[in-house]
Amino acid sequence: MYTTLTSGLVTTAAGVLLLTAVLQSWRRSAAGAVRLLVAQGLALAVLVAALGAAHGAAELLWVAVLVAVVKAGVLPWALSRTATGRLVDRDTATRPALGVLGATVLAMFAYAVADPLRGADQTAAGRALPAAVALVLIGFWILLTRHAAVIQLVGFVVLDNGIAMVAFLTSNGLPLTVELGATLDVLLVVVILRALTSRMRDTHGGTSVGDLSELRD
Amino acid sequence: MALLLWLPVLGPALLAALLTWRHRHPYTHVVPVLAGLLVLGCGIALVARRQVVASWVLRADATASYVLLCVGAVAVVALWGGLSARATGGRMDALVCTFLAAMSLAVLSDNLGVMWVAVEATTIATAFLVGHAGNRGATEAAWKYVVLGSVGVAIAFLGIVLLYASTGASPTLSWVTLTSGGMTLSPHLARAGIALAVLGFATKAGLAPMHSWLPDAHSQAPAPVSGLMSGVLLSVAMYAILRVEAVSSATIGVGLVHGLLIAGGLLSLAVASLLTLTQRDYKRLLAYSSIEHMGVIALGVGSGTTLGLVAALLHILGHGLVKAAMFVVAGRLRNITGTSRIARVSGLLSTRPDLGRQLLAGSAALLGFPPHLTFFTEVAVLLALVQAGLWWAAAAAGVLLLVAFVGISRHVLRMTLGSPAPHHLPPEHPVVDDPPSSGRSAPVALALLSSAVLGLLAIPMAPVLEAAAAALGVRP
Repeated sequence: MYTTLTSGLVTTAAGVLLLTAVLQSWRRSAAGAVRLLVAQGLALAVLVAALGAAHGAAELLWVAVLVAVVKAGVLPWALSRTATGRLVDRDTATRPALGVLGATVLAMFAYAVADPLRGADQTAAGRALPAAVALVLIGFWILLTRHAAVIQLVGFVVLDNGIAMVAFLTSNGLPLTVELGATLDVLLVVVILRALTSRMRDTHGGTSVGDLSELRD
Repeated sequence: MALLLWLPVLGPALLAALLTWRHRHPYTHVVPVLAGLLVLGCGIALVARRQVVASWVLRADATASYVLLCVGAVAVVALWGGLSARATGGRMDALVCTFLAAMSLAVLSDNLGVMWVAVEATTIATAFLVGHAGNRGATEAAWKYVVLGSVGVAIAFLGIVLLYASTGASPTLSWVTLTSGGMTLSPHLARAGIALAVLGFATKAGLAPMHSWLPDAHSQAPAPVSGLMSGVLLSVAMYAILRVEAVSSATIGVGLVHGLLIAGGLLSLAVASLLTLTQRDYKRLLAYSSIEHMGVIALGVGSGTTLGLVAALLHILGHGLVKAAMFVVAGRLRNITGTSRIARVSGLLSTRPDLGRQLLAGSAALLGFPPHLTFFTEVAVLLALVQAGLWWAAAAAGVLLLVAFVGISRHVLRMTLGSPAPHHLPPEHPVVDDPPSSGRSAPVALALLSSAVLGLLAIPMAPVLEAAAAALGVRP
């Protein structure tokens, strides 16, 4: 059963997740965008814990701890680790207004498409579902519009956070084997892409994805 | 007989661990071939048993057994043929073994979530294989491959999440339960979930318009890896679509999935065949040919007839064997010429008759000359489309196949026949000595011979394919 507290926590966490994603859609500093992932990961962990409390599912509390460790700890750490120790990449080609505008339109769109998906679910989880869909769409938006490789990676993690949020809100998360496998996969993808970013700096002299234009027909 | 299920997954994985540990051993390059033989052996054994074998999240029905056999056969051809071309070191061989283990897991898992994890793991295992050369092109290809591959597969994950949510009170991702017929899914969630899952896996299968990563990745990876990726990884993604389609068929109907597959198949054929006309790089030419063949498979499945499905399954084997062999030849060609530009290779039949003959014979198989498997399957797919009342799709596909025929044969004839022109340009890649060797021509010959003979062997093939189609819920 949802109490005032768990409902409030779910709604607030969903709000924080959406807000951080919108901020990430226009932040020029890669380090700033990565820091926002920490807040996003913690909000996701709070959301999972609150759902666990509401449904009386103790194992969700453990999942919440896992989410906090991976999404708010390991992933941002792997993203911000560089040879020089500090992430200095900036995305100067991006127009912040475009980012915010896109994110806003997508959030409105998400509210329209999420309605049939949530069906008759009038709980706090059902009401938070549009935010999860918005997170997925904003993740795509970041991947589409941003040029700095590290910020594209942030977009990928936002997309994944959105999918995780949809999973928790609609069915309290996937079976544990799948959940663990998926977490490991995402972690490895981020580590691999981070390594490729460093290599890109060596081969292309920069980390702007716009420079990747050698292979075409 | 759970061993037959675990062996193709854990065997290559253990070999990978062994290779990571002893990566300086001189014989590391033989190990991936052994892993391929192991997968092939288990596939044959499972097909021969003709029984459903299940253990925990793994399950082999007739379809899974047949596709596992295809994975093993293609792996053996690609890895054996690429044996001495690879001075890659044990770590790369370990990644190839991991790649094989991930493909086996994807094919053999009953749980759709586990299947997704395995498909994503194939991207992870191949990322560094694609970027192996370490130069600008390879880095670019690897970046695009991992980003587009992971994002595409993430869409499929969202689809699977929604499908899981649609099962309601007794949530499950087990394919057997989902296709048992007793499930009532929440229609909105199920429809969105299935559509997203198909779109996501279609990205991984290289269907247009989500194909842009494919020519880059398949042209930059080392030849045996390209052979594996083109020959069978695309088909494994297609197999994931088949599984989702079966769930759709048992619950909400297949109109949506078939519509997506027909549209994607025709678009892939169009994009690939038109781009073969103007192609300048022979490895990219092979990659576009893979998009074309994935289009044919998608059309076969999308027709919704038993004939189309059986043809699609057979096409997986026919295309896989030939494509693996062709990438082996392309890799050797690049070794001796130091270039992958079509314009800089000519008169192969007189300068290197062994490779010239293989290239010519392989292209004939790829283009669907009888008696090769691809001839029978392409005709069957066109017939299946007509049977399903989609005569306009059959007509369009027929025309596009002819365009690809012109595109590919034009380039291949130029490379093999014609007079060898002296080249004054410096090679783009280091030239590696790769003398004629019967040991390395054997897998190519074997693959082409199987492709030519298997089409005529209706007796052993037909029951296997019919059983595979029946396991997906289509009754002949």
